Amino acid sequence: MVPQPFRIERVKTETDDTFTLELAPMNHDERFSFLPGQFNMLYVFGVGEVPISISSDPGTLPVLRHTTRMVGAVTKAMGRLKRGDVIGIRGPFGGNWPVDEAPGRDFVIIAGGIGLAPLRPALYRLMAQRENYRKIVLLYGTRTPDDILFRTELERWRGKFDLDIQVTVDRGTSAWRGNVGVVTTLIGRSPFDPRNTIALACGPEVMMRFAVAELQRRGVSSDRIYVSMERNMKCAVGFCGHCQYGPTFICKDGPVFRFDRIEPIFNKAEI
Amino acid sequence: MIETLEPIIREHPFFKGMDDRYIKFIVGCAKNKRYDAGDVIAREGEPADKFYLIREGMIALELMIPNRGFTTLETLSDGEIVGWSWLLPPYQWRFGVRTVRPTRVLAFDGKCVRSKCEEDHDLGYEVLRRFACVTAERLQAARLQLLDLYGASV
Amino acid sequence: MSAARLQAGETAVVEAAHLDHLFQALTKKGYAVVGPTVREGAIVYDRVNSAAELPAGWTDEQNGGTYRLKRRGDNALFGYAVGPHSWKKFLHPPEQKLWQAERGADGFTIFQEKQVHPKYAFLGVRSCELRAIAIQDKVFLQGQFVDSVYQSRREDVFLIAINCGQAGGTCFCVSMKTGPKASAGYDLAMTEILQDGRHHFVVEAGTERGAEILSELPREAAAQADVQAAENVVADTARHMGRTLDTAGIKELLYNNYEHPRWDEVATRCLTCANCTMVCPTCFCTTVEDVTDLSGDHAERWRKWDSCFTMDFSYIHGGSVRSSTKSRYRQWLTHKLATWIDQFGSSGCVGCGRCITWCPVAIDITEEVRAIRGEPGGANNSGRKEHD
Repeated sequence: MVPQPFRIERVKTETDDTFTLELAPMNHDERFSFLPGQFNMLYVFGVGEVPISISSDPGTLPVLRHTTRMVGAVTKAMGRLKRGDVIGIRGPFGGNWPVDEAPGRDFVIIAGGIGLAPLRPALYRLMAQRENYRKIVLLYGTRTPDDILFRTELERWRGKFDLDIQVTVDRGTSAWRGNVGVVTTLIGRSPFDPRNTIALACGPEVMMRFAVAELQRRGVSSDRIYVSMERNMKCAVGFCGHCQYGPTFICKDGPVFRFDRIEPIFNKAEI
Repeated sequence: MIETLEPIIREHPFFKGMDDRYIKFIVGCAKNKRYDAGDVIAREGEPADKFYLIREGMIALELMIPNRGFTTLETLSDGEIVGWSWLLPPYQWRFGVRTVRPTRVLAFDGKCVRSKCEEDHDLGYEVLRRFACVTAERLQAARLQLLDLYGASV
Repeated sequence: MSAARLQAGETAVVEAAHLDHLFQALTKKGYAVVGPTVREGAIVYDRVNSAAELPAGWTDEQNGGTYRLKRRGDNALFGYAVGPHSWKKFLHPPEQKLWQAERGADGFTIFQEKQVHPKYAFLGVRSCELRAIAIQDKVFLQGQFVDSVYQSRREDVFLIAINCGQAGGTCFCVSMKTGPKASAGYDLAMTEILQDGRHHFVVEAGTERGAEILSELPREAAAQADVQAAENVVADTARHMGRTLDTAGIKELLYNNYEHPRWDEVATRCLTCANCTMVCPTCFCTTVEDVTDLSGDHAERWRKWDSCFTMDFSYIHGGSVRSSTKSRYRQWLTHKLATWIDQFGSSGCVGCGRCITWCPVAIDITEEVRAIRGEPGGANNSGRKEHD
């Protein structure tokens, strides 16, 4: 599978190191579709390829969006691209968040930093079927108030759909009137019913470790917690071997994992 | 007034499992209080004689940093316990405590609880054990906060 | 001379002196023959054009970190075990261009690399190597995705197996149940017999096209005595394995021992040189390199062999997940013997012994497993000094 050319229709600066690309296929026969939680391999000509989760609404295809943080050579090069430039896309790869399988449940969604981007498609999907679910809670932690992603959207969801959103920052500003503290502290006080809840978590691995511990303390069982894991990826099709995590390949068996599947190795160092 | 506070205290996870007579004693030290947004509950350095259970609202722990102003270190909200400085010497608030939103609390007379704990070490154990848990959780959270997990190095 | 056309499953005897007819028959059918040959003090796999290029009269002495060629007392053409090369060199090439991209006025165009390679005949494939090929078939052809490079090369390969007449110093195919007798997956299987002044091969046709090739060679019908002689050779080899590895419950053993002190001990010896992954016939990890020329308008993507022993292998924003030697050795061994089973339904190890022979510090996979089981006989059982 070779990268397919997609044109950048729009570039949105989200924070000082995070941006969103809105993309359209240049090959007009291309019928791109995806499930929430899946990722694409994005290719910047001559620089390289990186795995980035899809962050747009599967219900508004063919619009495709990727929200990316500049952390290395490829993402920094991508951050310098402009409207009209072309990038290559292979995908979608990986499995998805279980947002179509659980009518009648409560959902608690825990996002840390850029981790909100891979969860956004799940939120869109839940909102599109809001009547199927009971309580939906989003707990979102980020570094400072300036790093809050998708602010307008979050406020719209809070207002329009019965979505309980708690945002917290590690470090406040004098103007900030919200929570200050790590996102895991929001779990204990959140009003969801652990016996009926499905939890989705995405963010730095340390944050997910502590979030899962809190969820388990609240009584959410391991088979109803889902996390999104990340490892070095080169091929995205299970051949290069880089993304192995215990017996799983994150590109094919993940990146979304039901927690009981990886529980034996999750807290082990250097796996 | 005192009759309506007892079920609140008895049911709260923090006091769960406490002996009946101790619950009654604690209830005797408790008072409902209501604050507006931005009210100062305690100032950094002041003598610490009280602790609080937030019934509804949000409280910020803050420090006055000369070039940064009042800086919030952590916020606490519904159901959480505020303040352990009353329990250990030098019985002084280490941080300022200010409401972020209109907040209702149960305010406990820490000085009273403290002296009773000195007399009755069984009560002392019950109180210290519970506060040790709170402190441990706060320490864990603070450590995670320190990691700056969403920062550039991650 | 037998002239009747043979069928799959039938056996014949071919004189060693007539082996060039095999080369001719294969060449006539368009195959490029690859087989063992001596080069720079080792027996490697390369293009061979005639029987004269085979390592006649050579044998190898292998042990931990040791490989030496020695002269035999006879003229056996296949009287040695396996060398540093494996057939993955041809099926899963060390370097492969995947595609190139040209920058244009409106973006770029990608041109997938056409697969250009000869139609191979592998001469002298050991049973363990047949199994290794089958294992890589599982990885590259029978999963959710198919690797087109491997598929294209693998499709037409003609496999001539050799049943080992000599066990290698580090071999343990008997433990891994992968040999020494080739049991499946070959077009032809040969057993070399040197006895009472005679030198010939007992050859079995494994497939119709194998039978077709065999039918072109000067041959005699195989008598019961010939078949028996061939079985004796293999049985003798099986009795002389250089190593053993107990595979009972090995998956659970390794899954339950991520924190075994032996990992710390082996980490004091392992150089993370990656030799083991390079010589292992089943290791398949690769990396990709995106390169451009100076103009910046022409880009290529290359795929190259990689190893889980490198620091970069597990790098994600800011650092490597497996940065300690311990974690990388543990990853390799646990993958090879345990997680591979969950991933692909079989062990990843075929017992060829290459990793033991080619490790510069003679780390022995069979000894490491023994130590983790806690059995005596491992040089350093737990590796941890306990202080009172």
